[in-house]
Amino acid sequence: MTTAAPASPADTTTPRTAVRGPLRHLLRTASWTAGAWLAGLVFFFPVLWMVLTAFKQESDAYTTTPHIVFSPTLSQFKAVFDSGIGPYLANSALATVLSTILVLALGIPAAYALSIRSVRKWRDALFFFISTKMLPVVAAIIPIYLAVRDLGALDNVGTLIVLYTAMNLPIAVWMLRSFFLEVPREVLEAARVDGVTLRQEITRIMLPIVAPGIAATALICVIFSWNEFFFALNLTSVRAATMPVFLVGFMTSEGLYWAKLAAAATLACLPVLLAGWIAQKQLVRGLSMGAVK
Amino acid sequence: MATFAPPRPGPMTPGARPPAAARREAWQRRLPLTPALLFMIFVTQIPFVFTVIFSFQSWNLVRPGSQHWVGLGNYANVFTDSAFRGALFTEIEMTVLAVAISMVLGIGLAVLLDRKFPGRGIVRTLLIAPFLVMPTVAGLLWKTTMLDPVYGIVNYLLRLVGVAPVDFVSRFPMASIVTVLVWQWTPFMMLIVLAGLQSQSGEVLEAARVDGAGPWTTFRAITVPHLRPYIELGGLLGAIYLVNTFDVIFMTTQGGPGTATTNLPYYLYQRAFLGFDVGQASALGVVTVIGTIAVASVALRMLFTVFSTTEGRA
Repeated sequence: MTTAAPASPADTTTPRTAVRGPLRHLLRTASWTAGAWLAGLVFFFPVLWMVLTAFKQESDAYTTTPHIVFSPTLSQFKAVFDSGIGPYLANSALATVLSTILVLALGIPAAYALSIRSVRKWRDALFFFISTKMLPVVAAIIPIYLAVRDLGALDNVGTLIVLYTAMNLPIAVWMLRSFFLEVPREVLEAARVDGVTLRQEITRIMLPIVAPGIAATALICVIFSWNEFFFALNLTSVRAATMPVFLVGFMTSEGLYWAKLAAAATLACLPVLLAGWIAQKQLVRGLSMGAVK
Repeated sequence: MATFAPPRPGPMTPGARPPAAARREAWQRRLPLTPALLFMIFVTQIPFVFTVIFSFQSWNLVRPGSQHWVGLGNYANVFTDSAFRGALFTEIEMTVLAVAISMVLGIGLAVLLDRKFPGRGIVRTLLIAPFLVMPTVAGLLWKTTMLDPVYGIVNYLLRLVGVAPVDFVSRFPMASIVTVLVWQWTPFMMLIVLAGLQSQSGEVLEAARVDGAGPWTTFRAITVPHLRPYIELGGLLGAIYLVNTFDVIFMTTQGGPGTATTNLPYYLYQRAFLGFDVGQASALGVVTVIGTIAVASVALRMLFTVFSTTEGRA
């Protein structure tokens, strides 16, 4: 067992293990490494399997004994593109990018007003924002659906943009606020004494410091809006449908074609997977809404 | 602008300034907050007001002109609705299981990753992948390639050790969904707990070692108390998302078999979009929200405490 040994080199200093110390240390590191890699691979396996399956012929995908060796093909991806994935990808991209921009446009000033030049009741405002995240979305879907229907905005990407903005704004405000709080106040005060204008204060002093925070916030918004399913399912049908809705079609009509399904799923996951991997550092802070650094 | 801004967000002390200037200052401070606040009120609060209004009406969307007031009739139905109670139970079971199991696994993985070993960065990268996978895809993947009774990998592995194939999704629907949720949320818990582990002061650990504390004692007496706010934070945030679980259910079991995996979001969805019963679904929504507020107000207080702890620590 190699559990809970945060500081193994210590053992080499205790007399009992002094002689066999180095060997023991090596063994421990090796088993630790093996254990961690095993855990990583187990968790990653379904994703790996999805990607592998996407490059298979259906005959290789549908086997009682999994085929690990097979001749890779791009025909599944071709089939997916031929089945008209294009507009779905475009809708997802549009809803994701525009809602993220809107979140930042509304969230950055709000976070500023809750941190650096804070309003008197900043605590109440912060409380309000996060409380909207705790209300179940389904409880508001009926009036939203009826309103959207009466406005003639069903099956419209604009509707998704507004709703995704509302979905992500509370998290964004919390996150951005935690980044704004990191701006050293000595610097701000010194600048103010020097008579810097508000605009200079924002563009020259604050933005450079909070830029990584804004990037992290954008990343989280992108992840949640790209993956969103509930609104897309209920408020879109053909013209504005996004990637998750495209996949539902597979479940019902083409559920028997695993390789093609895997190709579509891989395409659906790829943007967020890559973005998340590239920005791993910001991910933790973003997911904890800025609480964990 | 040469006014003095409060060092940390806190109560403003306008001091000796004339009230008019103070009021203008207050408005200037409020201005940047206003658009976001109005947007959120407009998009999230107004619909809820309508949910409350509809909840006192009988209205079926497929029968135009059926809309009329029924007073508390819908609420009476909610409280005698055994399916609603079932969904509530399912909801609690699913959320608690998913949060608890992914937290335990997340702590284990975080401890593994807290030590240097060859390829640590790669393992970390592999581990966070499930969280980034689209939930609809996660549901589909598990239902087909992993848990399929004939062609699924899990059954292949079971066959290797001589166990007869199992149709997991229909025989153990709850366990199947919890598995998918745990798969997705364990990386989240791991990342937060890992951040907690790495923020431990090396000096304290060193001191414990000098004082003769073994690894296990150190872990229990120093690491666990240090991790507590991180565990609370992870559990709380995970729960906020997991109570809204819909995608995975929709893609795997559709709430079934029967109502075995129908949680509250899925039940409300069925009532609203498959039954078109606006009034009844609205009353369900209102009751759900009231329940959520009761739980959430406790959770929010916890969240504020946790945030001030971790913020203080930075």
